[in-house]
Amino acid sequence: MSANGDVAVKVVPVRHVGRWIGLAAVSVLLAMLIHTLFFQVSSAKQACTLTNGVRVCHGVKVWRFQWDVVGQYFFTSEVLHGLLITVELTVISMIIGILLGMTIAVMRMSPNRVLSSLAWSYTWFFRGTPVLVQLVFWAFIGLLYPHLTIGIPFTHLAFVHIHVNVALTPFEAVFIGLGLNEGAYMSEIARSGLISVDEGQIEAASSLGMTRRQTLRLVVIPQAMRVIIPPTGNEVISMLKTTSLASAVGVLELFGAVENVYATNYKIMPLLVVASIWYLIVTTVLSIGQFYLERRFARGALRTPPPTPIQRLRADLRGIGSKFRTKRGVAEVSA
Amino acid sequence: MSEAMVEVRGVHKSYAGVEVLKGVDLTVNRGEVTCLIGPSGSGKSTLLRCINHLEKHDAGELRVDGDLVGYEARNGKLYELNDKAICEKRSHIGMVFQRFNLFQHLTVLENITVGQTQVKNVDRDVARTKARELLKRVGLEGKEKHYPSQLSGGQQQRVAIARALAMEPKLMLFDEPTSALDPELVGEVLDVMKDLARSGMTMIVVTHEMGFAREVADTVYFLDGGVIEESGDPREVLLSPSSERLKNFLSKVL
Repeated sequence: MSANGDVAVKVVPVRHVGRWIGLAAVSVLLAMLIHTLFFQVSSAKQACTLTNGVRVCHGVKVWRFQWDVVGQYFFTSEVLHGLLITVELTVISMIIGILLGMTIAVMRMSPNRVLSSLAWSYTWFFRGTPVLVQLVFWAFIGLLYPHLTIGIPFTHLAFVHIHVNVALTPFEAVFIGLGLNEGAYMSEIARSGLISVDEGQIEAASSLGMTRRQTLRLVVIPQAMRVIIPPTGNEVISMLKTTSLASAVGVLELFGAVENVYATNYKIMPLLVVASIWYLIVTTVLSIGQFYLERRFARGALRTPPPTPIQRLRADLRGIGSKFRTKRGVAEVSA
Repeated sequence: MSEAMVEVRGVHKSYAGVEVLKGVDLTVNRGEVTCLIGPSGSGKSTLLRCINHLEKHDAGELRVDGDLVGYEARNGKLYELNDKAICEKRSHIGMVFQRFNLFQHLTVLENITVGQTQVKNVDRDVARTKARELLKRVGLEGKEKHYPSQLSGGQQQRVAIARALAMEPKLMLFDEPTSALDPELVGEVLDVMKDLARSGMTMIVVTHEMGFAREVADTVYFLDGGVIEESGDPREVLLSPSSERLKNFLSKVL
């Protein structure tokens, strides 16, 4: 009983039996995963040595994922060159895609019916056909149009005359194809961002005397970015992996490069692991970039922006530090 | 130069077949404060929005400072102006909205400078100095770096007034500026508006604040069903209304 006569009732928390069973199951699965990934298993191979004229043989233990081979190929020039091509293709295609997507989204929302139907048709066509088909199409566009001529339509007047097969390298065909395809998807993302901005913002801009273009540039697009960035980050990561289709038209990006290597040495799995790890590394870097970009464009939308991971880590460490200090302080007092 | 800042003659406006304004006449003289009162749906806000061409009126004549709004008269016809010309005219008419509509992604200072630098091509430092003066005038010194979401409703509305004033308008339109505010914040906004009225600004205010209308307005217009039912000196109109509908309306809001 407490001082004022109340009965102090002890609280018994609920026992979460399920959680403990789940934890046990996950631990076993995790142990199995670590084992299969990083422990060596016996193989059919034998290593023999001659000692004092006696031949002694024993089974060789190897990693299932052949990490030694992974390490051997991880930094080879073919792989690194492929990685560079992958990153280049991703960056160029996304720049084309984003600029095109923004333009098409604005056109789609234009009061001008010609512009809006043009934008709609674009999205319909490029979203409606497989990207691989589009890549192959651009790579072989020379079959359809051997020459590119800039002049006056329906006359023989020409100012520029280009052989398409000479002018358009497979690399260019790939980023044109990926960029045009991405533009269709980005336009829908950009449009969702633009319509998310409150009508009142546009009215306020108009009432200050801003033109339609100024309103778009200074008021609508900066606020739409908050909505546009997360799915765009998704698109960038998706694009990073879609560039592997370029190997189909002979551009040796990361996947094409490892494919080339394992076609000669048959070390398929370790080389796929090499490619996967590189894809994961680039994806991680991109995700970090996305986090900071989102934070930048969230200005004004949140009263207090969320802390960056580094800030959070610092705060956590400070918390642990202060706890440690108080505990020690208490100990000193009691001693 | 004529005495009238705003002249509205027989203005009609319909939305999807529903006639919201059915021939409205109204005159606002320079330096005068005019209040538009009336039940919701009576067309007050629509009329206000027609004055700076946020809405296009269907028929009638609407002049601000002697100029047609949104149109140009040539050879007996009205030609609609292009975007740029309309924007130029709008930049001389300030507007304050019920929901403030501050630019959420800009700081308070940027909200007040963006119109000056982008529309009037004022030098950035000059624009900032002016913005600080205006912030002082609306009692918000030291809030320059805040974002709108970090301010109270009353503070946001005062920033919105400062933003409009930064364009040095010859006319200010207020669309129910205190309707979205908590009751204890209404006073601070009305005080700024009273101060503005005393400084000689021509103002048209759509409001439900009868006390403000009585105290500040030179003329009160009562709109109902898209027409002006009654108008005149606020002390007469509000204290001894002649029409049944205004009596009815006042009994509900007072």
